[in-house]
Amino acid sequence: MRRYEAVVIGASAGGLDALKTLLTHLPNDFSLPIAVVLHLHRNTKGELINVLQKGTRLNVNYAQDKKRIQKGYLYIAPPDYHLLIEDDKTLSLSVDEPVNYSRPSIDVLFESASDAFREHVIGIILTGANRDGSMGLKRIKERGGTAIVENPQSAEYSEMPLAAIAETQSDYILDVDEIARKIYELLGGEKCKTF
Amino acid sequence: MDYYDNEDNENLEIMLLLEAMNAKYGYDFRNYAKASIKRRIRHRMSIAGIKKITEVIERVIYDREFFIELLGDFSISTTEMFRDPSFFQALRKSIFPALQHLPFIKIWVAGCSTGEEVYSIAIMLKEENLSDKTMIYATDYSDKSLSAAKEGVFSIKSVKQYASNYNDAGGIQSFSNYFTAKGDVAVIDKSLRHNVVFSIHNLASDGVFGEMNIILCRNVLIYFNRELQNKVFDLFTKSLEEGGFLCLGSKETIRLSPFSGNYDEVLNDEKIYKRNTRPVSYSQKIDNNPVVTPEFVTKGGELIRAMKSKIEELDCLISGVQGKGGV
Ligand SMILES: C[S@@+](CC[C@H](N)C(=O)[O-])C[C@H]1O[C@@H](n2cnc3c(N)ncnc32)[C@H](O)[C@@H]1O
Repeated sequence: MRRYEAVVIGASAGGLDALKTLLTHLPNDFSLPIAVVLHLHRNTKGELINVLQKGTRLNVNYAQDKKRIQKGYLYIAPPDYHLLIEDDKTLSLSVDEPVNYSRPSIDVLFESASDAFREHVIGIILTGANRDGSMGLKRIKERGGTAIVENPQSAEYSEMPLAAIAETQSDYILDVDEIARKIYELLGGEKCKTF
Repeated sequence: MDYYDNEDNENLEIMLLLEAMNAKYGYDFRNYAKASIKRRIRHRMSIAGIKKITEVIERVIYDREFFIELLGDFSISTTEMFRDPSFFQALRKSIFPALQHLPFIKIWVAGCSTGEEVYSIAIMLKEENLSDKTMIYATDYSDKSLSAAKEGVFSIKSVKQYASNYNDAGGIQSFSNYFTAKGDVAVIDKSLRHNVVFSIHNLASDGVFGEMNIILCRNVLIYFNRELQNKVFDLFTKSLEEGGFLCLGSKETIRLSPFSGNYDEVLNDEKIYKRNTRPVSYSQKIDNNPVVTPEFVTKGGELIRAMKSKIEELDCLISGVQGKGGV
């Protein structure tokens, strides 16, 4: 069984609901660090954290520059900053120009995660109405990581999942609740535990 | 397993590239956060059609133009006027009044990029009637950005966006009064530049700027690792008057550094700190400004050449091993 060290998730339009669903379906004892890029309005404040926190035991926070990533934490890229993971497993924020018209950009997070974790990372693309994340997921896959895409047929917006599927031979294409189960299975957990 | 070898080679190559840039040209990126640097290098490689970082090293050493391009890539110049409006509002409402009584005010904007932040401050100083007794020192390592800053020319589109930032920051005038439109660009009112000095300064290698009342260094330190951040905090602490203010970007903090105790909280949400009277203790002192002797600079070239041939040897070895393993 492969040892995973982190999960990275990218979501855009419709992403908040998808992310909430995914989190509520993760089992109680799930503790791998998760880093998330959710395309947000730049003036989004703290409510988002509270909303997500309700559905999970993981500690939900905006990512802070230079902090070491830890088990049991879920890090959200703060609005208007790119989130990157360094090789030493610390988080970096940057104001590099937008990528795919987005800051934070999913590609930027995924690319850096593939450098930092190589095959020990799971990359997940959820609903969205643009193409961000497809290059990043490709890179994760190329380096031996695991690529999961939300089923475009059930996703609220199919464009982002479709773009990711077109770019990468994904390992799994699943509905959101199934993604949660799949992650757990990949980690060697039981097939399914309801929350 | 072969895969790891390739990965490690990439990091080794990046390390050598940064050594080369420092040894040959004196630009020191060795203590920058690596993930962003990697993106810049890959970006330049894809534009230039280069496959291996080793080739980038060679181009950097022998092709000055190429080096300048890469240097430009490394300087992330993204900026805005009145970025984080609440910060500028706090500066106007809480910090300027505290300096009102001084006969003369010195402000250092470190990492000023193309000048948007500098002109934002100049506008507020003017509106608060402080322009005549204030000097702004605006520095960056990028001479390209500094030339643009001196020009003060912005696209009409971005000025429109800045106008809304300005209003959110408590601006009291009509923002367009500060510009003259020329075609699809807007030129900043020249009088705002009277008390601004633009100059080259590299935070990674240059020295103290004395007796400042305010130092702004926003969205620069996120690009540095902890070690370089601490060195820069040392530099700022030496450059700041007692009671002076240090302003960082919204995602930056002094609280993780050894200099934390030398600063009091003013407005933590806005990352504005006040230098207190506590002296800097010996244990905090940081070995500032490594001396680069001319001898080392010439030797650097030789060193890099030697390292390069070593990498090539390694590459040969590795591809040999990979061949045997049957990938
Ligand atoms: C993202 S911009 C921030 C501009 C502005 N302070 C703002 O917040 O809008 C970062 C700037 O820091 C400059 N910079 C990076 N490293 C530097 C160094 N070692 N010394 C001086 N400036 C540096 C870059 O050239 C760039 O102009």
